[in-house]
Amino acid sequence: MIVDRLQAVLTRGAVIHAESETRAYECDGLSAYRCPPLCVVLPTSTTEVAAILRVCYEMGVPVVPRGAGTSLAGGAMPTADAVILGVARMNNVLETSYEDRIIRVQTGRTNLSITGAVEADGFFYAPDPSSQLACAIAGNIAMNSGGAHCLKYGVTTNNLLGVTIVLMDGSVIEIGGGHLDAGGLDLLGVICGSEGQLGVVTEATLRILHKPEGARPVLMGFDSSEVAGACVSDIIKAGVLPVAIEFMDRPCIEVCEAFAKAGYPMCEALLIVEVEGSNLEIDEQLDLIKAIARTHNPVELREAKSADEAARIWLGRKSAFGAMGQINDYMCLDGTIPVSELPYVLRRIGELSKQYGLDVGNVFHAGDGNMHPLILYNANIPGQLETCEALGAEILKLCVEVGGCLTGEHGVGVEKRDLMLVQYTPSDLEAQMAVKDVFDPAWLLNPAKVFPLKSSEKRRTA
Amino acid sequence: MNRLQTEDAIAAAIKDASGPLRILGGGTRPVGRPVTAEALSVAGLSGITLYEPGALTLVAKAGTPLAEIEDALTVANQRLAFEPQDFRAVLGTTGTPTIGGIVAGNVSGPRRIAVGACRDFLLGVRFVDGSGQIIKNGGRVMKNVTGYDLVKLMCGSYGTLGALTEVSLKVLPNVEAAATLRFVDLDMPESITLMSNALGSPFEVTGAARCGTDTLLRIEGFTGSVAYRADMLQSRLKLFGSADLITDAQTHAKIWLNIRDMTEFAEHDALWRVSLRPSHAAAFIQMMQQMHSFDYALDWGGGLVWAAAKTGTGDLEALHTELQHNASLMKGHCTLIKGSDALRTTLPAFQPEHPSIAAITAGLRAKFDPRGILNPGMMT
Ligand SMILES: Cc1cc2nc3c(=O)[nH]c(=O)nc-3n(C[C@H](O)[C@H](O)[C@H](O)COP(=O)(O)OP(=O)(O)OC[C@H]3O[C@@H](n4cnc5c(N)ncnc54)[C@H](O)[C@@H]3O)c2cc1C
Repeated sequence: MIVDRLQAVLTRGAVIHAESETRAYECDGLSAYRCPPLCVVLPTSTTEVAAILRVCYEMGVPVVPRGAGTSLAGGAMPTADAVILGVARMNNVLETSYEDRIIRVQTGRTNLSITGAVEADGFFYAPDPSSQLACAIAGNIAMNSGGAHCLKYGVTTNNLLGVTIVLMDGSVIEIGGGHLDAGGLDLLGVICGSEGQLGVVTEATLRILHKPEGARPVLMGFDSSEVAGACVSDIIKAGVLPVAIEFMDRPCIEVCEAFAKAGYPMCEALLIVEVEGSNLEIDEQLDLIKAIARTHNPVELREAKSADEAARIWLGRKSAFGAMGQINDYMCLDGTIPVSELPYVLRRIGELSKQYGLDVGNVFHAGDGNMHPLILYNANIPGQLETCEALGAEILKLCVEVGGCLTGEHGVGVEKRDLMLVQYTPSDLEAQMAVKDVFDPAWLLNPAKVFPLKSSEKRRTA
Repeated sequence: MNRLQTEDAIAAAIKDASGPLRILGGGTRPVGRPVTAEALSVAGLSGITLYEPGALTLVAKAGTPLAEIEDALTVANQRLAFEPQDFRAVLGTTGTPTIGGIVAGNVSGPRRIAVGACRDFLLGVRFVDGSGQIIKNGGRVMKNVTGYDLVKLMCGSYGTLGALTEVSLKVLPNVEAAATLRFVDLDMPESITLMSNALGSPFEVTGAARCGTDTLLRIEGFTGSVAYRADMLQSRLKLFGSADLITDAQTHAKIWLNIRDMTEFAEHDALWRVSLRPSHAAAFIQMMQQMHSFDYALDWGGGLVWAAAKTGTGDLEALHTELQHNASLMKGHCTLIKGSDALRTTLPAFQPEHPSIAAITAGLRAKFDPRGILNPGMMT
């Protein structure tokens, strides 16, 4: 019935409903949770998106927007009663202006191919999630995704200037554009990071920048994570703003080294610090950074002397998730903590890891405190997934306890919805849900995400 | 007007309010449509509650004077990178600007073009909504996507969605050196082309403005780097003529303070801020100049047009209407920053919104302030 109505407003091949084909959409990057949807629609224009939403709105059918399906939080996971609206076929560049330093694209375009469209002219799009080859700008906007270089360039919300968004009732709204900062309320700011719950974003205007002349990383090894943490803090206090400060602890170093053979030193904590500019500017910054590092007695201090060496320094870090995945199943957490709490949090994670009997490796963006503890488990051993989830919840509670948050860049999705009350009071959540009431009064867009099911139940079933 | 000292007291005052309220920080800034209502001051909620230079974070109560925050930052050689304005000279007001007032107005200066606006540095807020509920959002960490971003929504809502009680901000290190390149006597479109060229270079320009007939580019960072970039920019831009290099710290600081606060328009009776794509600015100004006489300056590489006029040189009401009309044609927006009470009463100081956006705005206001008592009508 819904399939017929959708087929009537779309071109052939835009509606997928055979069970063998909808299966491809039954999960996102959080593959432990799966559920095939009612059907999948793959529109090619804002007009088609509006037509789809009008049909679903009239029939009261929930819609789950989907980009590339790489969410690690279950944000794009279907429910059995929902239509998946995938924007993957909408991937055109609509306008590029170097004068205004903007690009406007359809949101199904992948993150990396946005840079791809402008790099021949020396420009790039700054936010760079590790998944950038696959993930779509649609998902980046919905999750407010970050990346390794966001210490300097900010995350998605700091690089987004405008959107075309289709509300659940099919109305199309333009917010922002090529200019800076909203005239009225900052609706763009609240749409970014709303996890597909306020509307379907079909087009986006993004800030592009000229590429720096060069970049160079330095690798440092330390005897303890306390010392590495103190070094990060001293670098920041000294007034240097590296583009990236990445941290790995011993369990992670060992696995990555075995996998990637990047030549990492075997030590308790390793930092990769990268700065940008001309050679002269890079030397100026790295001299200062190395001087600071030396005051912390590093066991290793290695500056890349060539592009090859730079690539080797990054190799281990970039293959961290892959390396972990080779030896184990793992769950990747994403809490953020104040950087000053780093030593305490790492010590507590070590204790919790012992208590639950599961290994935890830490690899993360140290400059901004966004942790990525990787809990290793074996899905074939009954009960281990549950133990892993329990340990994960403990670690996230710890992040909140020290003044941080549950998720720094992956989003809440289904994965962390029931932990929201750890961080927020019921009235804090009411205020957020009130925003959804305004954009999507019937609560049909990606309804069972972000908020604890109990907290949103009345609205979803009304 | 009594000075409330705690968040709970603010919450009680709003909950028990029998009529509309005018939220006040330092009261230095009469924005938007004048609101006749009982004043509710948050100035009594004052003080820095946390400052961790190594984590680049500062948390302060909303009534904390901006000066107190800047003093604390200076000690650790850091700053508010978004360069909030002090409009007391232009507006002819006195008083003490507060951090809550800055956040409520998303007040951001010339460096906005390179590092972001106040909204981009705001990590978390606590506020009291129109029902007297205390609400928090965000936190004190730099990366946080837990739930909806009400932090952005509150920033720039001018106290119409709630009274801010506490804000946390990301701060940045001060720079070691700074310099300005000054190009003289370019015509306006040429000046914008120059700024676009510079901002589209790899040389990290942190200010690009046009004042009078000067075109100014600011470069900041480590000493060697500043010298290098100034050099590279000069040769890249030599088509536009030779530039003076200003490195004297005092002269340099004064130039950018004047641009930030638009002190050159202190004697004008009306001042507008127009946000546009830089590539539209020249056409916008030329179109306006055919109909009206006014003065202007450009910031943000041409993306921000400051327009100023005096009574007696023309019809300010007509100018206002025309500015907003043309701004909307070019998909930008125009806000009246300074104007007589009469002007601000009869005309919409904020750019009228497209009906579909206005409906969402109204919906949000009805949720956050169901009785419509917080700065009612101010942003309309
Ligand atoms: C190996 C790996 C590495 C990763 N690294 C990073 C990283 O470094 N940083 C980071 O931040 N994330 C990272 N992620 C997480 C993920 O890639 C991001 O969350 C990404 O932004 C998701 O984009 P997507 O297109 O795949 O979205 P999807 O997974 O399809 O959807 C994500 C969310 O966006 C919503 N959505 C999708 N399209 C729309 C639309 N058109 N309108 C409105 N809402 C929509 C969905 O409903 C869902 O809630 C990583 C994931 C993997 C698998």
